[in-house]
Amino acid sequence: MQPTSHRFIDNAHDALNNETLQQALGNVRVNFIEKRRIAVEALPEFDDLRKAGREIRDRVLSDLDTHLLAFEARVKEQGGQVHWCADADSARKTVLRICQEAGARRVTKGKTMIGEEIGINEYLEANHIEPIETDLGEYIIQLRHETPSHLIAPAVHVTQKQVEETFRKAHRDLDPQRNLDEPSSLLAEAREKLRQRFLSADVGITGANFLVAETGSSVIVTNEGNGDLTQTLPRVHIALASIDKVVPTLDDLTVLLRLLARSATGQEMSVYTTLSTGPRRVDDHDGPGAYHVVILDNGRSKLLGTEKQDLLRCIRCGACLNHCPIYHAVGGHAYGWVYGGPIGAALTPALIGLEETHHLPNASTLCGRCEQVCPMQIPIPNILRHWREEELRRGLAPVAMRRGIGIWAFFAKRPVLYRLATRIGARLLRNFAGKTGRLTRVPLAPPALTRGWTDMRDLPAPSGKTFHALYRQGKGAGR
Amino acid sequence: MSDRDTILASIRNHKRPSGAPLVTPPIPARGQVEGAERQALFVKMATAASATVELVDDPEIIPELVGQYLARHNLPSRLVLASDAMIANLPWADHPLIAHRTGPATGQDLVALTSAFAGVAETGTLALVSGPETPTTLNFLPEYSLVLLSASAIRGTYEELWRDLRDATNDGHDWPRTVNLVTGPSRSADIEQKLLMGAHGPRKLHILLLND
Repeated sequence: MQPTSHRFIDNAHDALNNETLQQALGNVRVNFIEKRRIAVEALPEFDDLRKAGREIRDRVLSDLDTHLLAFEARVKEQGGQVHWCADADSARKTVLRICQEAGARRVTKGKTMIGEEIGINEYLEANHIEPIETDLGEYIIQLRHETPSHLIAPAVHVTQKQVEETFRKAHRDLDPQRNLDEPSSLLAEAREKLRQRFLSADVGITGANFLVAETGSSVIVTNEGNGDLTQTLPRVHIALASIDKVVPTLDDLTVLLRLLARSATGQEMSVYTTLSTGPRRVDDHDGPGAYHVVILDNGRSKLLGTEKQDLLRCIRCGACLNHCPIYHAVGGHAYGWVYGGPIGAALTPALIGLEETHHLPNASTLCGRCEQVCPMQIPIPNILRHWREEELRRGLAPVAMRRGIGIWAFFAKRPVLYRLATRIGARLLRNFAGKTGRLTRVPLAPPALTRGWTDMRDLPAPSGKTFHALYRQGKGAGR
Repeated sequence: MSDRDTILASIRNHKRPSGAPLVTPPIPARGQVEGAERQALFVKMATAASATVELVDDPEIIPELVGQYLARHNLPSRLVLASDAMIANLPWADHPLIAHRTGPATGQDLVALTSAFAGVAETGTLALVSGPETPTTLNFLPEYSLVLLSASAIRGTYEELWRDLRDATNDGHDWPRTVNLVTGPSRSADIEQKLLMGAHGPRKLHILLLND
């Protein structure tokens, strides 16, 4: 996928001015937060589970090669195949080769973010294989030629009215006069359309929420059942996973499952959690004849042992997106690549480089809610700070910002000068504000640049004295 | 170097010891209950997930209950059955009006009845295991999913389920191709977060809980 993260500022402006998008995003702000809260409160052990989950992931990451090899050995023992892919190109080619060897013309897909990461749909299409998304949200956006804007609610940016328009345009064989007022009729139509495709697909591609080394299983977690039809009905099943998805045992899996659904949708458990292990057995009457797991690195192994390693604990629940004021305001597409929201802002620079993505770590107020709700306790604000430092160090930050911080640093490192400057500044600002004590525009700055700050609000002016001065007068804190 | 070697070398090159102390994960107290309490929890949680649960004291009446269920939902008197002993031994012959066959489901089947390996009370979840007698398609293709569960197969927690499955599969070496953990009927909230039942899998999940 061609990133547009370098355009983040423009993307964000467009998003803020897009009324339909703003209407759709309203659903995120209300629903997800409340449902998660209720589910978490219903499980007294939730916080201890977070600690345990974090420890499991840290332990696995500290010895990742061993766990991946154990997983591989078990998959082979069960008659499946494991394909290691260092980058997106290698993964695309591997998937295409498996499809071609199976003589595939039609591929159904369960939800897979790794599929988005490697751009598998475009690649298969270019090679004359038809990929069909089967998750309702993914199907909607595939018809609209869009990408997911949320980890678990890919079409959260689309309104019901837009879904209706999309279906009327795409399903031209159906009666144009049909009534699609109810969301249930939209669902029924998609179900009917996709059912035919499930039954005629040659290969099914799913993601993997987890890989279990103990049994050699790939695990998917869904509510619709589309992932299960995708991995059960076609002749070949390909599971796409990244290296960080492996857990040692079923009991470890259980800890992460107890965290996942509650953090994601506020369910006790998603409707379908399925462990797939190898191809159909000799006497089975259904299931795929071949089972492949593609394990993608794509830059993740280089994060091990760095301050960014914690990102690899992520279980893709989407809680950080659901609780992020920036995500609420601009949605997922503004981030310009596969992963949006706080986790996207922290992870994307690691996967496609800081040159393209250096705006993203700045798209945060560092309010800390993401870390607070993260089931894996990923210190996202800290990681964003690391990226900001690196941005400045590598000269990627805008000139005005670098100059501004340079000027501030010059004074901050010289206390006498700093105090003098703040004394002058505080007095000037107070005089500028006049009797009201409020600033209605930013002094000494071109209004065109600063209107955004002052059009809708005024700012409190300093009292005229610096903190140091007040402190010396005995009005300091605690006296 | 192959991709496999490249990835493994990169991991070995970068990985650092964790240093974090080992944590014993908590097992939710909710699920650590026995007997009637455990069964009640299972029913409560499954119902909360929008499944329906019907208690059955005598297996002999199951075909009759199935017939009533079909009638109640205005469904044709026809279904596809799993062929495990528990279902095969039921007196289907006494109910000639219920048309039935065994085997995997097709896109045309409206109703299926299969057997669960176990239930998990903690979340009201069914553990359905694939095999020649219990094909996976029975769990997903029909619009109405009926599942027979023995009360004695209800476990409190997932840890107990895994222990039983390891025991039943030669310590995992004969692990089944598919283990489906099913909690309620299929649903989607992909259109403006409105919850709709019956997305791709069954619209209804009906559990026949056999008191054994």
